[in-house]
Amino acid sequence: MSTTTREAEETLAEIVLVDYGLGNLRSAQRGLERAGASVSITDDPADFEAADGIVLPGVGAFSEGMDNAGPFREPLAAAADRGQPIFGICLGMQMLLTTSEEADHAGQGQVEGLDFVPGTNVRFDQDQKVPHMGWNELHVEREHPIVEGVDGEYAYFVHSYYAEPDDPDAVVATTDYGVSFPAVIANEAGNVFGTQFHPEKSGETGLRILRNFVDYCAEQ
Amino acid sequence: MLTKRIIPCIDVDLDGDGNPAVYTGVNFEDLQYTGDPVEMAKRYNEAGADEFVFLDITASAAGRETMLETVSRVADEVFIPLTVGGGIRTKDDIKETLRAGADKVSINTAALENPDLIDEGARAFGSQCIVISVDARRRYDEEGEYYAEVDGESCWFECTVKGGREGTGVDVVEWAKTAESRGAGELFVNSIDADGTKDGYDIPLTKAVCDTVSTPVIASSGCGGPEDMYEVFTEAGADAGLAASIFHFGDYSIQETKEYLDERGVPVRL
Repeated sequence: MSTTTREAEETLAEIVLVDYGLGNLRSAQRGLERAGASVSITDDPADFEAADGIVLPGVGAFSEGMDNAGPFREPLAAAADRGQPIFGICLGMQMLLTTSEEADHAGQGQVEGLDFVPGTNVRFDQDQKVPHMGWNELHVEREHPIVEGVDGEYAYFVHSYYAEPDDPDAVVATTDYGVSFPAVIANEAGNVFGTQFHPEKSGETGLRILRNFVDYCAEQ
Repeated sequence: MLTKRIIPCIDVDLDGDGNPAVYTGVNFEDLQYTGDPVEMAKRYNEAGADEFVFLDITASAAGRETMLETVSRVADEVFIPLTVGGGIRTKDDIKETLRAGADKVSINTAALENPDLIDEGARAFGSQCIVISVDARRRYDEEGEYYAEVDGESCWFECTVKGGREGTGVDVVEWAKTAESRGAGELFVNSIDADGTKDGYDIPLTKAVCDTVSTPVIASSGCGGPEDMYEVFTEAGADAGLAASIFHFGDYSIQETKEYLDERGVPVRL
């Protein structure tokens, strides 16, 4: 395995970071730039098509996220169909699924996700300390460019719900917290994926994942 | 397995020229110049810290502007969670601090004075970024609600403000429950009695809070070395251990602290 060092000025891929009013845009931007990307923050879906990759950042509640991301539903679906890389982080990953129990628990009924990875987000058991907050270990379950070189490394999580994809093959990496839950998921075509943890807050391991993402975007 | 977090903390004040500088104190007094905040943040990010805490100990409005700029520069250097505390009094302060690059804000006095701030902050920005900080002081009278046995004597823990100089009459354990129910995502427990002593964390205090709430607890004040971290994780049940002087003055590195814990079966990120 080789370690690559890169000059910050070198741009390998043009990434758009979707601003839907939630999420730590600045941290995600810094992390991606450190990984060699040129990053623009946008709330205009017209910017999606020319990008090498699209990032859905995320902090917050599912229903609020989907309310805000509603206008991006069709353009994101079009991008996914074109084979463009779409990377969801934390809430951004949960939004890739069909729905979430979170909205239901909050009395907001069934809220539709983006449905790129069929499945539901479910809550951790009541006897667990929630949120699951802190550094936990990644177990890579199958090959995907995003997880290259991170098996057994630690990443930073903060969440109360986790993804349960209908298709077990959608699970790329898992983490143990009372249960073994998906830490990284991907769609069947491989171009839509997400991490439950925050790569932009996960030190060297997180930067490695962001570099994997930038490399993948550059190759597409 | 979820690991215990080791968190270095810097107290930042303005120096004589109005520039932000890190100071380290004993019992919340006797401050000593320790270094440049951005340089120290960068160093701890590289040294394997699990999170980083930045406390603004200036009181002036002018100081606050400078501090937010410094927070931004620190945020540019750390790729681990960054908590910023000090001087945060309103929902707008929370927003500005998060916008400057903090992942979490730590609120102390303002939450005691106006507990609704916790609900408002949690609703607007999520519980995960609202850390409620308490400066606890032992009291040996009859006015508390939760009592702990300390060296054969019964005491309770009072929330103080102004760096321990003023009591509030509020019981720390009761307050921790209230803060949790209002949406605090984490509790940051400082001890006026233990601060700067290097004699170890206040175990009865930390344990009382950990036994009462299910929100993660960051133990602070009194850490003199890896054995104190071990004690607070295994005996009090803390989720994270915070330390300042032992790391700042190079008594121990983060790596050797983690190795010590790992050898004794405490899960850490090595």
